Amino acid sequence: MSNHDTEKQHITPYWVYGLILVILLACTFISVDVVHYDLKAWSVGIALGIACIKGTLVLAYFMHLKFDNVLFKILVAAVIMLFVSFILLTFVDYLYR
Amino acid sequence: MSDVAIKHDEHRDDIGAKLGMWLFIFTELLLFGGLFLVYAVYRNIYPEDFHLGALQLNVTLGTLNTIVLLVSSMTVAMSITAIQKGNSKLSMRLVLLTLLLACVFLVNKYFEWGAKFEHDLYPGSDLVLQFKRGSIIFFGLYFFMTGLHMFHVIVGMVVLMVLWFKLKNTTINKDDHVLLENGGLYWHLVDLIWIFLFPLLYLVT
Repeated sequence: MSNHDTEKQHITPYWVYGLILVILLACTFISVDVVHYDLKAWSVGIALGIACIKGTLVLAYFMHLKFDNVLFKILVAAVIMLFVSFILLTFVDYLYR
Repeated sequence: MSDVAIKHDEHRDDIGAKLGMWLFIFTELLLFGGLFLVYAVYRNIYPEDFHLGALQLNVTLGTLNTIVLLVSSMTVAMSITAIQKGNSKLSMRLVLLTLLLACVFLVNKYFEWGAKFEHDLYPGSDLVLQFKRGSIIFFGLYFFMTGLHMFHVIVGMVVLMVLWFKLKNTTINKDDHVLLENGGLYWHLVDLIWIFLFPLLYLVT
């Protein structure tokens, strides 16, 4: 076998995926339930915050980023920062023009 | 490890293959990112209209589809563990299960969109055109974003079918499974986009 096979290959155990699914489902139910409380402006923040937690879990575990090459982690972080800067710049324009 | 060094196989670059897949995923993220930006700006301008629009959506069906996608994301992730352990039978079953869940998602979507059309709630319908400007934009974004996402689900189903056949004829095997990983990444992308679509369209009322 050549190098790419002998590189340490991380095998995620089934139970880890099961656990992540349970957490993701719990987050989903929390975000659906939180709507029923009158939290006004907070409800958007909480819904997005929970979505970010879910997204991070999917990226880290399901998409294997946690155990993958460091290059992929840097690239994903860079794309997220690029997108966040798009949002910030757009809103700076809309709110202060 | 000395015995494995004797064998030579064809040139392969798994990291390069994954890098290509990630670059493609980035273009997809920015495609939907642009739509999220449009959503954010118009929601900021017409908060009440968006609220009224979101009230028309079926949270139960949306939640059900979230659960379906999350479970399907897990099954496709598990199929990689299965092939890494050399269990291609289980890997094929898990891919098939993912495909089945994708079908469930589409059936749900059919009923959800069907009900909207039945109530004359679609972009450009006489009823929607009587709404306030913000609600018209909301329904335009709702149909475009969930429609584009649905298109990705359908493409993902084709990818999953290809993966199943490649597993069957052992093109994807214990030693060479980067294709399954990349196909899995695409399916997770579909899940990832829905994770943000769901609260923004259904829950932020």
